[in-house]
Amino acid sequence: MTADLTTLDAAELGRRLAAGEAGSVELTRAYLDRIAEQDETLGAYLHVDAEAALARAAEVDAARTAGEELGPLAGLPVALKDVFVTEGVPTTSGSRILEGWRPPYDATVAARLKAAGTVLLGKTNMDEFAMGSSTENSAYRPARNPWDPDRIPGGSSGGSSAAVAGGLAPWALGTDTGGSIRQPAAVTGLVGHKPTYGSVSRYGLIAFSSSLDQAGPMARTVRDAALLHEAIGGHDPRDSTSIDAPVPLLVGAAEEGARGELAGLRVGVVRELGGDGHTDGYDAGVLDRVRETVALLEGMGADVREVSCPAFDLALPAYYLIAPSEASSNLARFEGMRFGLRVGDDGSRSLEEVMSLTREQGFGPEVKRRIVLGTYALSAGYYDAYYGQAQRVRTLITRDFTAAFADVDVLVSPTSPTVAWPIGARVDDPLAMYAADLCTLPASLAGLPAISVPCGLAEGLPVGFQVMAPALADDRCYRVAAAVEAALDAARGTRFLDQLTERTPA
Amino acid sequence: MSDTLVEYHELLTRYEPVVGLETHVELGTASKMFCGCATTFGAEPNTQTCPVCLGLPGSLPVVNAEAIAATIRIGLALGCRIASWCRFARKNYFYPDIPKGFQTSQYDEPLCTAGHLDVEVDGETYRVEIERVHLEEDTGKNLHVGGSTGRIHGASHSLVDFNRAGIPLVEIVTRPIPGAGARAPEVARAYVAELRDIVQSLGASDVRMEQGSLRCDVNTSLAPIGSLEWGTRTETKNVNSLRSVERAVRYEMRRQAAVLDAGSRVRQETRHFHEDTGSTSPGRSKEEATDYRYFPEPDLVPVAPDEEWVAALAAALPELPAARRARLQQEWGLSGTEMTWLVNAGALGLVEATVAAGAGPADARKWWLGELARRANDAGVELTALAVTPAQVAELGRLVADGTVNDKLARQVLDGVLAGEGDPAQVVRARGLAVMGESDELVAAVEEALAGNPDVVAKVQAGKVAALGALVGAVMRTTRGKADAATVKRMLEERVAGS
Ligand SMILES: [Zn+2]
Repeated sequence: MTADLTTLDAAELGRRLAAGEAGSVELTRAYLDRIAEQDETLGAYLHVDAEAALARAAEVDAARTAGEELGPLAGLPVALKDVFVTEGVPTTSGSRILEGWRPPYDATVAARLKAAGTVLLGKTNMDEFAMGSSTENSAYRPARNPWDPDRIPGGSSGGSSAAVAGGLAPWALGTDTGGSIRQPAAVTGLVGHKPTYGSVSRYGLIAFSSSLDQAGPMARTVRDAALLHEAIGGHDPRDSTSIDAPVPLLVGAAEEGARGELAGLRVGVVRELGGDGHTDGYDAGVLDRVRETVALLEGMGADVREVSCPAFDLALPAYYLIAPSEASSNLARFEGMRFGLRVGDDGSRSLEEVMSLTREQGFGPEVKRRIVLGTYALSAGYYDAYYGQAQRVRTLITRDFTAAFADVDVLVSPTSPTVAWPIGARVDDPLAMYAADLCTLPASLAGLPAISVPCGLAEGLPVGFQVMAPALADDRCYRVAAAVEAALDAARGTRFLDQLTERTPA
Repeated sequence: MSDTLVEYHELLTRYEPVVGLETHVELGTASKMFCGCATTFGAEPNTQTCPVCLGLPGSLPVVNAEAIAATIRIGLALGCRIASWCRFARKNYFYPDIPKGFQTSQYDEPLCTAGHLDVEVDGETYRVEIERVHLEEDTGKNLHVGGSTGRIHGASHSLVDFNRAGIPLVEIVTRPIPGAGARAPEVARAYVAELRDIVQSLGASDVRMEQGSLRCDVNTSLAPIGSLEWGTRTETKNVNSLRSVERAVRYEMRRQAAVLDAGSRVRQETRHFHEDTGSTSPGRSKEEATDYRYFPEPDLVPVAPDEEWVAALAAALPELPAARRARLQQEWGLSGTEMTWLVNAGALGLVEATVAAGAGPADARKWWLGELARRANDAGVELTALAVTPAQVAELGRLVADGTVNDKLARQVLDGVLAGEGDPAQVVRARGLAVMGESDELVAAVEEALAGNPDVVAKVQAGKVAALGALVGAVMRTTRGKADAATVKRMLEERVAGS
């Protein structure tokens, strides 16, 4: 049955490890075999250290044999997006400018997963500095969608989505700035959650846009996502924006939701995200699946109503001013002086020339585009019109959410307006690429939790259903997502990803 | 190329100066502004660093609460309004000594605003308005290697020491100070001196200008007398001693006067001060200055000092230098001029400590402004650098007062103390410096003088009392000055009268 291990969810793998039905080495080897076999095609990983992973797995197995008390995650393999700094393990953030850099420290979330006894399989591919929605902006190679290798796996956490959907990791961490966990999860048939801003530490997460970046889980099931989220969440004194509040009970919420009891839950369907008069750019199939899912919730006792959030229409332009502005500053430290790439330092060039050559050659076109955009938006004389105005829009969006949450418990929408598109289809059209984030941006700008859960197929490709909740009410996202997942699984008779396994036998 | 300069007294007949100062004070907190690294001065390069102050990818800052408290205390001491809510901002520019590609500073929301500081020059009080006091992080230190000057020009390569990067730095910015006229250079100097004393009295920094823990940028402009508008200012950077502050202002006034006399415009620019020549030279022109693209630091939550906390900090402020001076002047019964001398000699704290150790104020002042000032001057060091403590000075005063030593011996005792031979009493014992009582040795010396000088004895007996001096001198010579002259005189008189 070894071949089947990589099609199981993490909770089940954890149960087998605890029961002694499987060992961590065996499990780790199964994923490494799968990586060896599939990653050539999928491009999910930028770095895999099989030897280190197996050594680590052997340690955990030995500890278990010795009768040590181990946590629920001990021995479970995990993949980390290459945006997380990992001590001694190459970390590039998908960029040439960091090629060869081995950080001297661990990101807080990486350290927490290490302490929980997980086995790091490797670092996953991503759009350079998390800028993109397709992972085509990776400086190394594009990642591909396991449902159709000619299509994108979403982005920027596309390496993580390809790895988990393709069975190259049981679960993975991604980061979400404008939708970079939720959209790749949606287009590859995974559960992906962006936590409340400040509820998961950003320490050691290579910053794209500081006021938006959040790390979160990407998994095969809602319960797995909750389990991984609980392991990484909670206050971190090294991140001053970290919220000092206990992590809500997410696994419990997922279990509760899976029982399907939603009586009294008030659900708001956001008109501006695919509702009447706002369907331009949305796939009909995506809208159909979302409508069916809303009906499903109603069937489980939820009280469904349409809600209008007019400021959401302004989310896209506001986001594409705020994120590049912060990025232009966050990426200033990559100047070739202290780590990573250095170009042209042959004794004939000035400091400024070496800095500029390094940045010219080390950054890809999308990163440069956003640095230029952000630099412009922050310039004296333009600040108020661009950055200042975008921050005001952010306030308006937050107000819309606050008003909506006075009447409903959660808001729902499609996660992505479309299913996965063919690789190359949008590379020459940045605006079309940016539109992929339409539905995910409002929760990002307001710092609210939002989850994407698979809600069916359109044109044979996965569609994601987004559930948004008030700040710190991440448990509501898990509860509703688990209800959707359980109902659809029951109706289908199989888990969502089993459809992919059946289609492409391992 | 040397600048044309106008004579100082001459320029004052045509122009009026306005000065302004931006002072950076490195706080003496145990750890850096945004990380836990130590701040010890002089440590091996790059040994006090971590991912945060090296600006490594992924690292994040966390504000040092001690630095916030110190900044608020400085603000309170300067009579500032303390913001109830303010943010840090990023000042974006590229330079190898700023590891993040931006300096975390404050921009339009400083922690403290609208204060003032009164300084006195030649008995005249000048009010310096404080525009703002804000908190930021220091940069690393560049070391240019291979050139002759230590400057970047001619260097083969440069090294960066990040030990200083991230040390909390308070910037205190004055409003332009008009109306100081001829005294503008002295007012600038007095302001920096007073600010230094305040920060020191707060214990917020060791304010050592020579170590760079207090650094000044001096703005100077000239306008024709009677003009309603101020002139174009220059900003002279890195003026790192009180004397240099004064010299830099004076030099800029003389240079700018020549520029204006020639009918040219003063360029708005940054200038560098040269300690050796006392001159300034142009640096970067402000007209082509960087756009720093300030925006609120998203990695830090706003600073919102609690009103009660600020009140508690205000209540716990120590006595400030001006108040202390006024109190001591009154306690010691000094005139304003005497007090000024004491302060200018850098002896106020020493005298206060000496008085605290039991000396009388007049006695303590006499020692520090007299003998000790001479010694310091001869050695070319500050008074505080002398190897004698206020307690030792007080002890020396006691030994003189109780007749153990006379003034001449006291100076020898001081020699011993400065040579590291111990406390004054120890030196007296070890060197055998105590004044002789009516010991057998002294009686013998007196008898010897009388017996050896019968002619002098005869003169005294004949009424030439002044001749006694020769006998006293003879006794003093025999005893190598250890005898008390008055005692010797009395003993001689008794014996001459009795014979
Ligand atoms: Zn540090």
